Amino acid sequence: MAEFLQFCVSGLTVGAVYALVALGFTIIYNASDVVNFAQGEFVMIGGMATVFLTAAGVPLPLAALIAIAAAMVVGLALHRLAIEPARGASPVTLIIITIGASIFLRGLAQVVFDRQFHSLPSFSGDTPIQFGGAAILPQSFWVLAGAGIIVLALWAFFNRTLLGKAVLATAANRLAARLVGINTSFVVGFSFVVSAAIGAIAGILVTPITLTSYDIGTLLALKGFAAAMLGGMGNPLGAIVGGLAVGLLEAFGAGYLSSTYKDAIAFIVILGVLFVMPGGLFGRASVERV
Amino acid sequence: MQALFSHRLAVPLVIAALVVALSFALPSSFYLRVAALVWISAIAVIGLNLLMGYAGQVSLGHAGFFGLGAYAVAVLPAQFSLHPLLAALAGALVCGLIAFAVGRPILKLKGHYLAVATLGFGILIAMAISNESWLTGGPDGMPVSRMTLFGWRVRGAETWYWITGGLLVVGAWIAVNLVASPTGRALRALHDSEVAARVAGIDVARYKVRVFVISAVYASVAGSALALVNGFVTPETANFLHSIELVTMVVVGGMGSILGSVAGAAILVVLPQLLTTFHEYEHMLLGLMMMVIMIVLRSGIVPSLAALFQRRRK
Repeated sequence: MAEFLQFCVSGLTVGAVYALVALGFTIIYNASDVVNFAQGEFVMIGGMATVFLTAAGVPLPLAALIAIAAAMVVGLALHRLAIEPARGASPVTLIIITIGASIFLRGLAQVVFDRQFHSLPSFSGDTPIQFGGAAILPQSFWVLAGAGIIVLALWAFFNRTLLGKAVLATAANRLAARLVGINTSFVVGFSFVVSAAIGAIAGILVTPITLTSYDIGTLLALKGFAAAMLGGMGNPLGAIVGGLAVGLLEAFGAGYLSSTYKDAIAFIVILGVLFVMPGGLFGRASVERV
Repeated sequence: MQALFSHRLAVPLVIAALVVALSFALPSSFYLRVAALVWISAIAVIGLNLLMGYAGQVSLGHAGFFGLGAYAVAVLPAQFSLHPLLAALAGALVCGLIAFAVGRPILKLKGHYLAVATLGFGILIAMAISNESWLTGGPDGMPVSRMTLFGWRVRGAETWYWITGGLLVVGAWIAVNLVASPTGRALRALHDSEVAARVAGIDVARYKVRVFVISAVYASVAGSALALVNGFVTPETANFLHSIELVTMVVVGGMGSILGSVAGAAILVVLPQLLTTFHEYEHMLLGLMMMVIMIVLRSGIVPSLAALFQRRRK
């Protein structure tokens, strides 16, 4: 039982990060139909920039804010310089562009930062909290709480503010949104900025547990994409459930089955689910956007 | 002139002429080796182009088949002392069977769901290859024994240049015939509209699986050739980035263009060779190159050039 609880907590912690990456995917996809494979690089930028700023003597909260701002600038640049000029290109072309961007950002990080693994000190100490026989790192609570706050804030933003509703309107029907006077280009750029901020926050919160380096983005993007598809592309609730599910699958797979194949287990389950439910867990059967 | 270019043999002949002409133009064995790598990639890209360009189905996991083909000629001769040619044949057969088995459920998916399923499938193969180190040497890769044909050891850049060039011409010839066959027509029909194709009496699922199997065999053959040329295999041949590289070659060269497949392969094999001189900026430049090419030439080099040529003549 203690073991089970331990796997649950570690699975949920990692899953929360996947969920945030998947949520970033979903926000950009809904606003622009672009699958942004550079999403994992935002997580990397958040973690790496915070590590290097704190090492330079900047206090952690300020370093975190600067790192988030840096990721947002990168997100905006990605939209303005790479996505906007390719408007109207096929989905495969857009996927290649975002993967090109992800390779570029990884190369940039290699030059600006370095090629080592880095960690941050835990925000509130390293003494594990005993709970039902499981030892829980305090940083896990930061990750879970951080993810929870982001989700609530996004919900409030999309349902309670005019700009949020403009984003939803653009997602529902771009032409109609433009006809009622919404600047859809601004909305798409904005969605890139928000996704970048979410990714960077996830990167900062999880770095004390999982470490960070210039190349963590690829696998995160793949798993975030898989999680978003598992939940049903374009569905924010699906992204969160999908992310947590992938995290839990990995934790239980590594614990009970095989730690070398923990990444494989998640992908096998995703393939299985898609074979039975071709639109993901929460997807509508008629979703086709190609 | 027009009739000459649209003849079924035109494309394989152009490629054959290119292979022969380049053999005179290239100054050293280093260049011949790079050219052999281009021919090998082009074989895999032609297969993937049949799937993507003609049938309109994306695969983000084709490096998985490429890797299986490569490891077939590494593992089978080492474990069962099978002849490399038979090993390559076995690899192609296994890839075809796997593609046949997973094809139906995977190709039922559409758009991004198809992308994530093929991606996951490719990653599973890559993981198996790098984790089963007792068989595959793990992340470090393993050596491939030299091939001997009738007591003659096949070696040297020039020999491989001709072998891979010949394979490419044969591959292109099979591809143009396939495209011109009833299967090719069925594929283009289901690319345009699956519903319309079904109404016209085409078994959509069967044709999709058929082209998936064919493209998997192309990838496997290319993988085997690469392993034999290099004398070494690493798990990188099967990984996600290699899948993306193959897809990029298809799109850069031009979807649905056999000549474009060769052009796309040439660009993405030769440019990184030039970029290695930039050392630590190599990845940045590679990423930048992918973005710029895709933004500027979004419909691919060969179709873009063909459109330009047509406009000039009018």
